[in-house]
Amino acid sequence: MDVQNEGRKGLLLVSPTFLYAILLLAAPLILVVMFSFWTQDYLDLDTTPTLANYKEAWSEPLYRELMLRSLRISVLVTTVTVLSAFPVAYYVSFRVKERKALWLFLITAPFWTSYLLRVFLWKVILGYNGVFNSALLWTGIIEEPLQFILYNVNAVVITLAHAWAPFAILPIFVALEKIDRSLLEAAEDLGDGPVRRFFRVTLPLAIPGVMAATLIVLIPTVGDFITPRLVGGTEGLMISNMIQVQFGKANNAPLGAALAVSSMFIVGGLSLLIFLASRRVGRVAGE
Amino acid sequence: MANGSRKLSWLRAYASVYMVFLYAPVVLLPIFAFNDSTVIAFPLSGFTTDWFASLKGNSALKDAVSNSLIVAVTTAMISTILGAFAARAGVRYRFPAKRGIMGLILLPLVLPEIIIAVALLVMLMRLGLSLSLWTVIVGHVLVCVPFSIAVLNSAFSGLDQSLEEASFDLGETAWGTFRRVTFPLILPGVISSLLITFTISLDEFIIAFFLTGTDVTLPVYIWSQLRFPAKLPGVMALGTLLLLLTISLLIVAEFFRRRSAQRRGLDASTTEGLI
Repeated sequence: MDVQNEGRKGLLLVSPTFLYAILLLAAPLILVVMFSFWTQDYLDLDTTPTLANYKEAWSEPLYRELMLRSLRISVLVTTVTVLSAFPVAYYVSFRVKERKALWLFLITAPFWTSYLLRVFLWKVILGYNGVFNSALLWTGIIEEPLQFILYNVNAVVITLAHAWAPFAILPIFVALEKIDRSLLEAAEDLGDGPVRRFFRVTLPLAIPGVMAATLIVLIPTVGDFITPRLVGGTEGLMISNMIQVQFGKANNAPLGAALAVSSMFIVGGLSLLIFLASRRVGRVAGE
Repeated sequence: MANGSRKLSWLRAYASVYMVFLYAPVVLLPIFAFNDSTVIAFPLSGFTTDWFASLKGNSALKDAVSNSLIVAVTTAMISTILGAFAARAGVRYRFPAKRGIMGLILLPLVLPEIIIAVALLVMLMRLGLSLSLWTVIVGHVLVCVPFSIAVLNSAFSGLDQSLEEASFDLGETAWGTFRRVTFPLILPGVISSLLITFTISLDEFIIAFFLTGTDVTLPVYIWSQLRFPAKLPGVMALGTLLLLLTISLLIVAEFFRRRSAQRRGLDASTTEGLI
């Protein structure tokens, strides 16, 4: 099969899916960007391009606060999720010998249950009169219900760390699996203790997995609005809640679009930074 | 080895605690679905099946379930067909701008769902189309196609090309070869893809929330119930049924995924298809 013929066949075959993505993904995304430069007065859409929405999105203290908070919470969630997931991935990759498939299935299974229900369940668990408090009261461990766990940032972090756990574990696991075990033996033979060996061999080689996990958790977290709504209280609300309000009750789609585009830019920039930083860390540590 | 085994047990203990954390919410669901109290808290007060019985006569719930089934079945079929085209092209051929094209198709994996939902909403508003179950399906297909591709990639990459060539040599047409050779060989992957995309669509909330019209899907219905504390035990019962359904679908999907891996003599324990 010559190259040109092959290329044509491949394009033809991929075209239905590609067309679908162009029409229903790329086109709408471009439209959102265009929308963010328009203005809406009640029901009338004014399509003269203007930066007014961005000005409002970036200068209004409320939006700025929400944006910064989303970023802060997402970074916190990502850090907690990846750090807590790493030992699990390490355990399954290095210590589990025969039942790896079972462990992976058990780790991924909760992800397939309804996200909405899982978030709701955390609300029920962490509530003032909830499962956790009532169980502790009942068993006499505490006398007053704990107040610091629901309707704040902690609750958002716990809930999201739970929701994204498999997405953090799997990429790290895959990276750890790829590590040539003879390298570890070599490090040991050359006199490295377990700790040194971990930091000089295992961790640098696992960096691509850690990076993938970081990005996979970070990006969707910024866009989540169920978790902040259900368990975040007022101090846990994030930018997506505001985007939802602009497209819903406030009926200001252009401003909502500007907020959405702005947050995508921030997340994109942050992702790029993380990507570049991790490559550097990987290189420096690998030397 | 004293040092090594101690480290092992620490890691093991940590992993076990982590699994408890992972499963805590899921385990609580059935416990409180059978608990005889409107308050979801310990101590448990008694066993009842009333919450399940209360679901029976609920016509709004029935509508939501049938809407969700329509959406999920349609989504599963469309995204598996679209996924099959892309997976086959990606595995078999080199073509111009391949990375860009596949990148766009897989983009929903790294795009927050709210962005997809908002983008589609804006376009529908611009086109003057009204929201319906179809608009939800359009959004769900976008999200499901990458998963379908992931599952079908492994099915297609294990396909022995010489079998198809033999079929051509024996005079089968392209369609005949697909129907009698290719399709039966990738069938486990197709079933696995159908089940996984069905499950994702059935559970998806954010896109459905933005794009649903007057006909709500099940997650949107559940969301509307969460505001009423008295309805919460009913939600727990409903959640338990959904949990059972999802787990059984997943086990079946996993079974087919492994069978397709075994057909190719691959180790089924790898994570391919899941991420």
